[in-house]
Amino acid sequence: MTPTRRNERNRVRDIAHARAGDKGNTSNVNVWVYDAADFALLKRNLTVERIKREFPRLMRGSVTRYEVEHLHGLNFVMQDALEGGVNASLNLDSHGKSWSYLFLGLELEN
Amino acid sequence: MAEGNPIFRIGTGAGFAADRLDAAVDLVQRGKLDVMVLECLGERTVAFAHRDRLANPRRGYNHLLDRRMRALLPVCRAAGTTIITNMGAANPRAAAARTHEIARDLGISGLRIACIQGDDVSGRLSTDHPFMDEPGTIAAIKHQIVGMNAYLGADAIIPALDAGADVVIGGRLADPSMYLAPLMRHFGWKNSEVAALAAGTLVGHLMECGMQITGGYFADPGIKDVPDLARCGYPIAEVSADGSAVITKLRETGGFVTEATVKEQLLYEVHDPTKYLTPDITADFSQVVIKDHGNDRVQVSNATGRARPEHLKVTVGFDAGVLAEAGVSYAGPSAAARGRLAADIIEARLKNTHGIKSDIRIDLIGASSLFATAGKVNTDSEDVRLHVATRTANREEAELLLWEVEALLCCGPAGGGGYRGVITPAIMTKSALIDRTLVHPTFEIFAT
Repeated sequence: MTPTRRNERNRVRDIAHARAGDKGNTSNVNVWVYDAADFALLKRNLTVERIKREFPRLMRGSVTRYEVEHLHGLNFVMQDALEGGVNASLNLDSHGKSWSYLFLGLELEN
Repeated sequence: MAEGNPIFRIGTGAGFAADRLDAAVDLVQRGKLDVMVLECLGERTVAFAHRDRLANPRRGYNHLLDRRMRALLPVCRAAGTTIITNMGAANPRAAAARTHEIARDLGISGLRIACIQGDDVSGRLSTDHPFMDEPGTIAAIKHQIVGMNAYLGADAIIPALDAGADVVIGGRLADPSMYLAPLMRHFGWKNSEVAALAAGTLVGHLMECGMQITGGYFADPGIKDVPDLARCGYPIAEVSADGSAVITKLRETGGFVTEATVKEQLLYEVHDPTKYLTPDITADFSQVVIKDHGNDRVQVSNATGRARPEHLKVTVGFDAGVLAEAGVSYAGPSAAARGRLAADIIEARLKNTHGIKSDIRIDLIGASSLFATAGKVNTDSEDVRLHVATRTANREEAELLLWEVEALLCCGPAGGGGYRGVITPAIMTKSALIDRTLVHPTFEIFAT
């Protein structure tokens, strides 16, 4: 484990905060930058293609990204991404409440 | 509470079935609320409630109803605060009858408890009825269907308020509708006033998860620190006649309300921000304006919307047998390797020795569990827990899973300890849509 130094910007968590929710077998994760100046950086790093590439076994259905420009946030909607949904999944976290940290844990690549 | 009061005050006193109670009592006592909403129903909880109701026709409502009503009825009566709740779950009439008994026990006279029914649409969807968000029809459900509930909107709640209800208890009342209904009634908003309905729906959406907007589900030490979550306050919405609102909380409670907490909740469980469907409206949250005035006061405005959908969402719940879960822990040098060995052994025992065909999930908590399917593995953990789970209609299989995991204590890798195993009922749900003209909400009053 390498601790992140305060001013280093290595991962999405260093520039943004996020919340995950579920409806049926669809997960959504909203992501917001702390500083509006980082919104372009966030949009470059969190693309639909990136999410599908990083988590191929989890992202079995469509992934859609909605942009809320004036609030500097993105909303990802991932169908068929909850291993069956809250009642069916055998994952300990059957709601995918922790999915926000899948996004926040991604490295800032460019 | 007077009609025409320029600010209407709504508080949340529960944001889910198991939410805290003491903070709700505090909010009623100090919050000067017109209405307190107790939102206690999700896709999962309504399905479990049906199972309870089938086992006992006098149950099937929120398991904390007694506790909540005993604590809240007296303080709400003293403060003149109306309660609106979906704690009725799969049996609103039994919940209202029980609340009536509690009110009598407590010596509260002249209390009007309204019970809203009509969300149970069992038998009104044919087997060839399609699912809402996946291929297939109701006929694809091979298990026993335990309940079908349509989401009811503000139009189901307003008549009960008009009848002078002090407590409104329903089953599958849509979460934001429980907030919109008293706002429509207080401010006289009509169904045609789309902007006002959208604004009231935004208030409901932001408030319905309780402390998720006052600092709960938010803290991340070092980067998003939240003060005193052990004493977190529930939210208050101070709503103006145009539907714009200030989200706030009581002084001297923990948590906070900030632009960031409001943003995270704005799109919580929202898909397309321009199209948030409720029984009351197609709301558009994409242009919402958030203004942080400091001191836990955040103003929200500029929700818009279009006409309500012609169909209502229905949650179909069915019996899926039982969920069996069991675990053993390993710690110290080579813990992860011993845990993986245990996983290999248990897989061989359950699948090969016993021929179990049900899906079995084997996680190694500490190394790879929540993010296992996402492909994340931490190999250097020295404290891991084997966690084995299956869902099966066959009780013997479930018991066998527990037995085999416990047997690892003597027959598995070195140093395994801390066995626990549990078997719980499993309910599954699917969603469908129903033509709203087929749903007819009614209410009745129980008076003390």
